[in-house]
Amino acid sequence: MNVYLDNNATTMTAPEVVAAMQSHWAELYGNPSSVHHFGGQIRKDVARAREQVARLLCASADEIVFTSGGSEANNQAIRGTLDAMAGRKRHIITTRVEHPAVRGVFHHLEKQGYRLSEVPVNRNGELDLAYLEQSITPDTAIVSVMWANNETGVIFPIEQIANMAKARGAVFHTDAVQAAGKLPIDMRKIPVDLLTISAHKLHGPKGIGALYIRKGTKLTPLIIGGHQEGGKRAGTENVTGIVGMGRAAELVIEHLGEETERVSKLRDKLEKGLLEKCKGVVVNGKHRLPNTLNISFEFIEGESILIMLDDLGISASSGSACTSGSLEPSHVLRAMGIPFTLAHGSIRFSLSRYNSDKEIDYVVENMPAIVDRLREISPFVGLNGSASSFGAPPACNT
Amino acid sequence: MWDYTDKVMEHFKNPKNVGVIEDPDGVGEVGSLACGDALKLMFKLDEQGRIQDVKFQTFGCASAIASSSALTELIKGKTLEEAEKVTNQDIAKYLGGLPEQKMHCSVMGKDALLAAIDNYRKGAKAGEKIDVDVVCNCFGVTRQEIERAVRENNLTTVLEVTNYTKAGGGCETCHDDIKEIIAKALREKAEAANRQPKKKKKMMTNIQKIQLIQETLEREIRPALKKDGGDIELVDVDGDLVVVSMRGTCARCKVANFTLKEVVESKLREFVTGDLSVVEEKTLEDAP
Repeated sequence: MNVYLDNNATTMTAPEVVAAMQSHWAELYGNPSSVHHFGGQIRKDVARAREQVARLLCASADEIVFTSGGSEANNQAIRGTLDAMAGRKRHIITTRVEHPAVRGVFHHLEKQGYRLSEVPVNRNGELDLAYLEQSITPDTAIVSVMWANNETGVIFPIEQIANMAKARGAVFHTDAVQAAGKLPIDMRKIPVDLLTISAHKLHGPKGIGALYIRKGTKLTPLIIGGHQEGGKRAGTENVTGIVGMGRAAELVIEHLGEETERVSKLRDKLEKGLLEKCKGVVVNGKHRLPNTLNISFEFIEGESILIMLDDLGISASSGSACTSGSLEPSHVLRAMGIPFTLAHGSIRFSLSRYNSDKEIDYVVENMPAIVDRLREISPFVGLNGSASSFGAPPACNT
Repeated sequence: MWDYTDKVMEHFKNPKNVGVIEDPDGVGEVGSLACGDALKLMFKLDEQGRIQDVKFQTFGCASAIASSSALTELIKGKTLEEAEKVTNQDIAKYLGGLPEQKMHCSVMGKDALLAAIDNYRKGAKAGEKIDVDVVCNCFGVTRQEIERAVRENNLTTVLEVTNYTKAGGGCETCHDDIKEIIAKALREKAEAANRQPKKKKKMMTNIQKIQLIQETLEREIRPALKKDGGDIELVDVDGDLVVVSMRGTCARCKVANFTLKEVVESKLREFVTGDLSVVEEKTLEDAP
């Protein structure tokens, strides 16, 4: 049985999306900028997709700029804002738990001389809002806080944070890559200036994303040299991707309410099942996306668990150091103060509307044997299942 | 995800020699739960001093478990002197190679083996760490461990050291220390290379040779042996054959032969001439 539970990494491209893109790979190859009828048809398709994406965010079409994906949109939002300010403000704020596509940009800017504040989170993954509020000063150029965390699924109070930033005159950006498709997003109600989404996280194709730019937000383009996207992003449009993203957005609107309710029930069932059937298990993060379960298994290591799961056809991911190629476990779990001992054994299951009840049963049935097998090999587990007397550990940062 | 060889996957899914030995002769523990991988290795010797049984327990990723399994297969049936010569490269080779970032798994195997042998030799002082000079505080890696990995694997960059030992993979504040260790190893290697041909050219009289042997024993060897309650005495020098006598605990030590070859002989070869070989006085007497 193949069970795909890694939907926060990427999702299956919906069959309806594939169908919508089909003709754009082949016969509809025209350039939307061309004057002839060939270009004209495609121009209409791109415009429709822009409408579809705008509807997903309750925004207007001229506030949507298509990009090559979430990372470009994040780079554009943050660096474009600072470029437009031409160094008048030198302070920037983000969180300790951002996706690398935001975190990396902020660390790069810090090296260039910007003063960086990183907002911490507590053990449940919730942001220290008091810290955030105190950090914002008249010198603060931009505040960037993700809508929901990719690893734990923890949702941040974006409306409150956006109001905080706006009240103090800072530009507010949110990376909503994980939230879009899983939570309702309404740009009429929440004063976000810039918002990032990515198609492949919501059953669209890879290589296409979008940046929502509220009317009046000043932004210098990252990619220059063409008039496309209203002069905000040069380069011939990824028409196939754009059409696919539009269709994917439309499907989200169709399915959102009903599907997220079903998905969250499946997630809860998985969570309950694993907590009941496996000992030494801790769930990471509170107030989460309906589809995400980040769970730590004591005394065993994440990569080993993943490979054993993979053998059974189950796809998930881990915050363990070994899976990433870095030596330290996930920066998100560390920021939450989760001990290394639990972080190394963390597994993220992320569901989608394509998962079924039977698949969840299959995972819950098979997980205990995997955990038992690895604990048999582990030196930290005694015969009775308790921690053994392994020598004193060397000084590791926990 | 990593591209593991079939052999790694085989040893991960069906590891050999998992478990504990009730009454082991030597136990080595390296790593910790916090560091992300840990290995406990134990062995039992037969009457001939060969590793009769070996078992391990590992917390870690697929390559850590596979490396532990491979190590136990490699050392089973070997004497401790032979086992000690197994390098982390041998472990990686046995598995058909490891991803570069996973080489530290093979190094962990070698470290556990040395710790277990050390534990056997020191008996009661089990678990005591001699290496206290911790360079990387994030992962608890000592100077000695880094030096060995650098030497045995010809590492030349900090990234390589991190891949092989984990040192420097955390807060990165020890990167300068690691660079120094690498530089020192490279210098020593260059010096050794320079020394080698020069020595051959140098002609020594027998008296000079005996003097140099005596000096080397005094300076390089005796202090170390005395620490463990042992001693050594020069009995005779016959051409390139050096006859010594082991004293104190060394005389009763099960690993005296190892000390003789690996410590005494290699030091004398290093400082006097590469052609020397060392034998113990009683070996000559025992000979028919």
